[in-house]
Amino acid sequence: MKQVFKFFGVVGTLIATWIALLLSPELSPAFRLVVPYLPVYALVALGCYGLGMVGYGLMVFPTCPEEGVLLQKDIDEAKAFLKQKGIDVATQ
Amino acid sequence: MAKDSDSTRRLYSILVPTYNERLNIALLCYLLFKTLNDLDVDFEVIVIDDASPDGTQDVVRQLQRVYGEDKILLRPRAAKLGLGTAYVHGLKHASGDYIVIMDADLSHHPKYLPSFIRKQLETKADIVTGTRYLEGGGVHGWDLRRKLTSRGANVLAHTLLWPHVSDLTGSFRLYRKPVLEDLVKACVSKGYVFQMEMIVRATRKGYTIAEVPITFVDRVYGTSKLGGTEIVQYLKGLLWLFFTT
Repeated sequence: MKQVFKFFGVVGTLIATWIALLLSPELSPAFRLVVPYLPVYALVALGCYGLGMVGYGLMVFPTCPEEGVLLQKDIDEAKAFLKQKGIDVATQ
Repeated sequence: MAKDSDSTRRLYSILVPTYNERLNIALLCYLLFKTLNDLDVDFEVIVIDDASPDGTQDVVRQLQRVYGEDKILLRPRAAKLGLGTAYVHGLKHASGDYIVIMDADLSHHPKYLPSFIRKQLETKADIVTGTRYLEGGGVHGWDLRRKLTSRGANVLAHTLLWPHVSDLTGSFRLYRKPVLEDLVKACVSKGYVFQMEMIVRATRKGYTIAEVPITFVDRVYGTSKLGGTEIVQYLKGLLWLFFTT
């Protein structure tokens, strides 16, 4: 099944549940006050989730400065080998 | 599955597309041979050069003299023709049942190849993909803006596509040859989106995918680019995959 159908399948189910809640007669008055605004809450929650995930991802972003140093060592070793074999790699 | 038995030695073909990588290709070959000779596996390096004006092909020919023409294959193309077709071109000349694709710019270090090979032997996966975002992986050389773009792109892709893979745009991967042949035929995107399309289509087709952590050191020699054009291209690609996979 195409991703777009799966995705809107989930969205559709949520909307159907919301409409069912809107139309259901036996809701407590307090709950009835909240139900019309549920889609707004859902959108805000989705936005917060997105921003939160980006923020969290940035906070724990894996870095490896030691790999830069190790690579430089490997490069020096490789250059020495290439020079010894007479391979000219000089760039203009 | 017969190919998985160790009775016959496996051959790994390493595809490296290049454009103006005169220095990097030589450094990469040295590191490849150093790592893989220690590991005692059969391999060949296939350099697909898109008519680099900097003499990349001359350097490859000199490397062939050192390492052997059966070990380093130069399969150039007449012009800069894009990544997808570079793999198609390379695959035509590959003799191995397993194909490694990696960048020539040293952001992918050959020292991780043993863990790709081990992971594939353990899991029998169709694809082993390198990930920067699991324990043991990482990135060096990115500024805050680059990290922010990367994380944003990742969250967006995971929300829309549900791909089950932690690093979508990584391009250090090991494929079974028929799997790569099948995927490369189905994929049409360019740039960053190409690697994402390959892995997303692979999950949709039901291929098994394993991940190994890798570190990514942003290119030391030369420049890597990520501007507005790349971001727009990425977003378009994301939508394209959302509607077509």
